[in-house]
Amino acid sequence: MIKKEVVIIGGGPSGLSAAVEAAKRGAKVLVVDENLRAGGQLFKQIHKFFGSSAHRAGIRGIDIASELLEEARECGVEVWLNSVVVGLFKEKKIAIKKKLSDDSEKLEIIQAKKIVIATGASENAVRFKGWTLPGVMGAGAAQTMINVNRVLPGKRILMIGSGNVGLIVSYQLMQAGAEVVGVIEAAPQIGGYGVHAAKIRRAGVPIYTSHTILEARGDKGVEEAVVCEVNDNWEPIRGTEKVFKVDTITIAAGLKPLIELAMMHDCKCSFIPQLGGWVPLHDENMESTNPGIYLVGDVAGVEEANTALEEGRLAGTAIAEALKYISLEDAGKLKKEIWQRLNELRMGPFGEARMLAKNNISARCKI
Amino acid sequence: MNMRIDNHIILGKDERKEMVEIKVDGKTIQAKKGEMIIAALIANGIRINRYTVKKKEPRGIFCGIGQCTDCIMTVNGKPNVRTCITPVKDGMIVDTQYGVGRKE
Amino acid sequence: MVLRKTGYLTKEELVNSKCYPSEERFKKGPVAIIECTEEIPCNPCELACKFKAIKIGKPITNIPILDENLCTGCGLCIAKCPGLAIFTVDKTYSDKEGLISFPYEYLPLPVTGSIVKAVNREGKVVSSGKVIKVLNNESLDRTPVVTIAIPKEKLDEVRGIKRLESKDLK
Repeated sequence: MIKKEVVIIGGGPSGLSAAVEAAKRGAKVLVVDENLRAGGQLFKQIHKFFGSSAHRAGIRGIDIASELLEEARECGVEVWLNSVVVGLFKEKKIAIKKKLSDDSEKLEIIQAKKIVIATGASENAVRFKGWTLPGVMGAGAAQTMINVNRVLPGKRILMIGSGNVGLIVSYQLMQAGAEVVGVIEAAPQIGGYGVHAAKIRRAGVPIYTSHTILEARGDKGVEEAVVCEVNDNWEPIRGTEKVFKVDTITIAAGLKPLIELAMMHDCKCSFIPQLGGWVPLHDENMESTNPGIYLVGDVAGVEEANTALEEGRLAGTAIAEALKYISLEDAGKLKKEIWQRLNELRMGPFGEARMLAKNNISARCKI
Repeated sequence: MNMRIDNHIILGKDERKEMVEIKVDGKTIQAKKGEMIIAALIANGIRINRYTVKKKEPRGIFCGIGQCTDCIMTVNGKPNVRTCITPVKDGMIVDTQYGVGRKE
Repeated sequence: MVLRKTGYLTKEELVNSKCYPSEERFKKGPVAIIECTEEIPCNPCELACKFKAIKIGKPITNIPILDENLCTGCGLCIAKCPGLAIFTVDKTYSDKEGLISFPYEYLPLPVTGSIVKAVNREGKVVSSGKVIKVLNNESLDRTPVVTIAIPKEKLDEVRGIKRLESKDLK
């Protein structure tokens, strides 16, 4: 069995920033990621991020990913790619299925002093008639295809969901050369930022609020999408059907935390709709109800990449403190600054509910 | 119809020039070296990866990041390979998967 | 607010939110218009302005307020806005025409001197425009800024152009 000081599961924005923060104080950190490269979903975020300069605002997600990877290299973070964590057991033992260069697989067991779970989230599906046809896919899937794999999943696309993901991916589909025929939103109002909506509106994309999708039609793949209006009870109104000729339907209906590993290690979870569903409880250091196991980023409640980066820093600092690489006093100061930045990102009408939910979690963790 | 994004305002020109060949259901197609199998399929207009066990319905890409297993195919004779996170290799044999792997 | 229903702002909403320059200011030359009326956590525009004409302060969810007297209409803020919500308008360009500059992150880019279709906030073509300038230098970080000349009466309305296809350039 291999022994490691800090093992971070997931090399996305939160995992990497936790790694950097702990490693630059002196901790020996291993990041385990199932993909061929680290960076998580940052590599598909080709837009400039919101926030302040302290949050790297104005920089594109792809560039933040490169910077983070460089920082991780500089402070000596070890990274295992192509490695899937398949189990988390007592005494902080981690089972990892590691792919070797000859494509064979080897099971490694690592015991860590501290573990950070940074597994992220997965996209929610929406079920409707025909939703399993080829051509119906997650908005994130379409975004991965265009911005990472550089192929268009379709030429004429209907987007379901007007949250920030739906609006941003619609925009990026157009940047990639596709046509977006419309965005469907079941709620009476648009979900995401007005500026994102305005960007696609002036590009000629209609947003249909109080509308839902009824059906995807096609033989071997999507050829048509049928949508209709919904009433105040969210029920379809007959006779209001519209048919779009499209080859692709993308679904942006929110995300849910990937909590399986946290559950495996008996971290207490709670159902918190504002944060995407079942969320492992965590305190103000991002530590779970299981001492020494930390949670950062979307697994600790679905938010944005910029909050994920800050949560990673928070956990990284708390771990450096717990392992005595920095003094209580220094850590306290650093954590206070990070909390200020986190709170800034959670203010305003789009963040309030998340801020409340997050504060509630910390409070419950203390009981 | 070209589904490849050769030039992009943010990402710039696609500099990956080196191509490999893979065989999909017996037909040879061109793929960019190192790209995911699914990307090569999409670029060649293929969007059915498998047919389901009971109802024999077609399935294609759904999550694109290796979580949902909707895009699994039989690769070099091995079924249930997630094509969205598995890179192509020259000479790879990729087959549409029927059910859990056996071709009926 | 209409924005949350339709996805775009009306001039009335902008004027009411005190984000819109006055007609007196427009008479003096180019000026920025910040079409950002929601409290979102974002402030790069504040730092982008060399003349300290954009004020957000703390918390960063404050709505950006433009000091129209400090603003020179230089347009440095346009590409810095992650929401692509800043434009500059020059109502003094000529007798009949004015200039609008906007971020344009699509390929192909328009060509200087060509005629394009100017669209309003809803994406509807409302006039034709002539491309005066296309900036795409490194400091813009891949957010090109396009300036077009359009009829003066459309300056409060036009916020972009219909996206071009490769065949449009031939």
